[in-house]
Amino acid sequence: MQVKTKQFNQGAAVAMRNPTIQKNLLDLYHGFHSARLKASAATPDWEALQDRARAIKEHTVENLDHYLALIEENVTKAGGKVYFADDDVAANKYVVDLAKARGVKTVIKSKSMVSEEMGLNHHFEDAGIESVETDLGEYIIQLAGETPFHIVAPAIHKSRQDVSQLFHEKLGSMPSEDITELGREARRQLRQKFIQADMGITGANFIVAETGTVVLVTNEGNGRMSTSMPKLHVAITGMEKVVPSMDDLGTFLRLLIRSATGQRLTSYVTAVTGPRREHEVDGPEEFHLVIVDNGRSKLLANPELRESLYCIRCGACLNACPVYRKVGGHAYGWVYPGPIGAIVSPVLTGIGNAKDLPFASSLCGACKEACPVRINIPRMLLVLRRELTEGTTYPDQKRVSLFERIAFRMWRIGFQNPALLRIGTAVGRIAQIPFARNGRIKNAPFLSKWTRYRTLPALPKSSFRDRWRKLSNEK
Amino acid sequence: MASPSERKVNAELFVTCIIDQIAPEVGESTVRVLRRLGVDLDFPPEQTCCGQPAFNSGYWSEAKPLARKFIETFTGDKPVVIPSGSCASMVRVFYQELFHDEPLWAERAANLAPKVFELSEFLADELNAVGQIGEIASEAKAQKTSTTYHETCHLRRELGATTQTRKLLKALPNVTLTEMPQSEVCCGFGGTFAVKYSDISGAMLSDKVNNIKASAAESVVACDSSCLMHIGGGLEKQGVNVQPLHLAQILDQAMS
Ligand code: SF4
Repeated sequence: MQVKTKQFNQGAAVAMRNPTIQKNLLDLYHGFHSARLKASAATPDWEALQDRARAIKEHTVENLDHYLALIEENVTKAGGKVYFADDDVAANKYVVDLAKARGVKTVIKSKSMVSEEMGLNHHFEDAGIESVETDLGEYIIQLAGETPFHIVAPAIHKSRQDVSQLFHEKLGSMPSEDITELGREARRQLRQKFIQADMGITGANFIVAETGTVVLVTNEGNGRMSTSMPKLHVAITGMEKVVPSMDDLGTFLRLLIRSATGQRLTSYVTAVTGPRREHEVDGPEEFHLVIVDNGRSKLLANPELRESLYCIRCGACLNACPVYRKVGGHAYGWVYPGPIGAIVSPVLTGIGNAKDLPFASSLCGACKEACPVRINIPRMLLVLRRELTEGTTYPDQKRVSLFERIAFRMWRIGFQNPALLRIGTAVGRIAQIPFARNGRIKNAPFLSKWTRYRTLPALPKSSFRDRWRKLSNEK
Repeated sequence: MASPSERKVNAELFVTCIIDQIAPEVGESTVRVLRRLGVDLDFPPEQTCCGQPAFNSGYWSEAKPLARKFIETFTGDKPVVIPSGSCASMVRVFYQELFHDEPLWAERAANLAPKVFELSEFLADELNAVGQIGEIASEAKAQKTSTTYHETCHLRRELGATTQTRKLLKALPNVTLTEMPQSEVCCGFGGTFAVKYSDISGAMLSDKVNNIKASAAESVVACDSSCLMHIGGGLEKQGVNVQPLHLAQILDQAMS
């Protein structure tokens, strides 16, 4: 997928000007966010579940080599094939070559964030292969030629009118604002594709190492159809999606589903182990699992950022984030928006491409509070900020703002020495005279970024340290 | 219940740079409230800033000298009271990150952490003074007033202090607490975020102002003067007549 992380501010402005987007984003608080809070409150061992999930992830990521080898062994044993792709280029080549070799003409896809990373649909297009997204949200996005707006609900920024208009333009359907009717129209279109398709592509919410099982969590059933209708099933996923055992899977399913939508269980949880066996009636004849690195090793190699690999893509941090709820998903410029995107996008796409992302946060910590795996996102935002100002891990990517650097140096020198601080304050009291009225500053040219939305208190005549002497005499 | 004369607590006050420079009246209220509860306060004059502004902006090398200075200023055994959730978080939580590559300083910071308290924690937990504050306030006969509470982010999510302030406010007989919607959502301040991403911050602030309005309270209370500066500035800009008050101020008013 094209990286647009440099255009954060432009993307944010577009979303903030769009009333439909603003309304839908606001609804996330009362929708997914509140539903998650209710669901977690109704789960008695919620805290313990989170601790357990965290511990499993820590263990798995520390021993990733072992578990990836185990996956390969068990998928192979079940008759499937595992391919480890270092990057998007390798992954695209493997999948498209496979499709060509099998004479595939139509591909149906269930939701896969990693295939978004790879821009897989474009590669199919270039190869003259039709590929159709079958998750309703993804389908809408594909028709509109856009990118996902939200990890869990890719088309959340669109109103039903938008969708009706889109279907009318692209599919020639009668305009309708009835959601059921719109769903029916999508189903009519997609059914045909399901029947035609000779290859099904899915992501994987989890891959279970002890059995070599790929697990999909969906509400529409399209994921299951994609694994069972075509002769060929390819699951594509990131290397961090491993969980050691079926028992562990139970822990994560409970957390993921409640955190994502507030449901206790989604309509479909599909577990696929290899291709169809002889005695089985359905399932593909051939099964491939593509496990993609695509920069994840960089996260793995950095102990300060490693915990970002614990993410189970539930989207709870997006729904909780007051910045995401203003700027939406497209502003973040790549596959993963919101708080977790602000960590992984800079590292996966190159930190120099995504300088805004770690800074576009008030560090309020709502993401950390929401995350079912207790990922400390604000801490990592701070680490990335450090890297972007004075870090050495990514030396060519330093965010050089000489003015800011000098300002912080002067500020520090002043605050290190109370005597200097007094002088600084005295200078400030004089400098503010033209702008201060009754102790308030309503407007000042050099403060316009502040005063556009708020007034500012002027420096009072005496500081607390001046007043302390009097206070201590009052004792 | 301990009366002022019975309680013998010594504490040191870290007043924060923003209260020192911009909101000294909050510091004065803090001192008055604590004294009424029998706390003997010291104000080490060497103190300035905990280093958070530089730390949050990525300039960790500029934050470190100030953090070291803080650690060296507060070396005694007395508890350190900070009327700011954010600055208390900096010392208690983030010094460990800041000194990730300097184990000796990290250790000194870790030793300091358990004696650092944000004001509401100190009052409600450490002094266990909710009842006493209520008693003093019921004798003081302050004017009846209503307030709403904005939960500041670091207080809630770094220190986990989610109950203390509400307990304290509810103990005041002449203060009615009317909750605003989404009281736990950030006001959009975030230090340099407020100017670097002014429009986003402004949109968040506007939501906060609307929620405060919805509470119909006469004032809005928070435990951080920086957030109050932001919220107060937004209220004034939008011509909303709600007074921003630090917890120390509303307690001070109610107790005098
Ligand atoms: S970081 Fe946590 S909350 Fe955010 S998507 Fe990942 S698992 Fe969910």
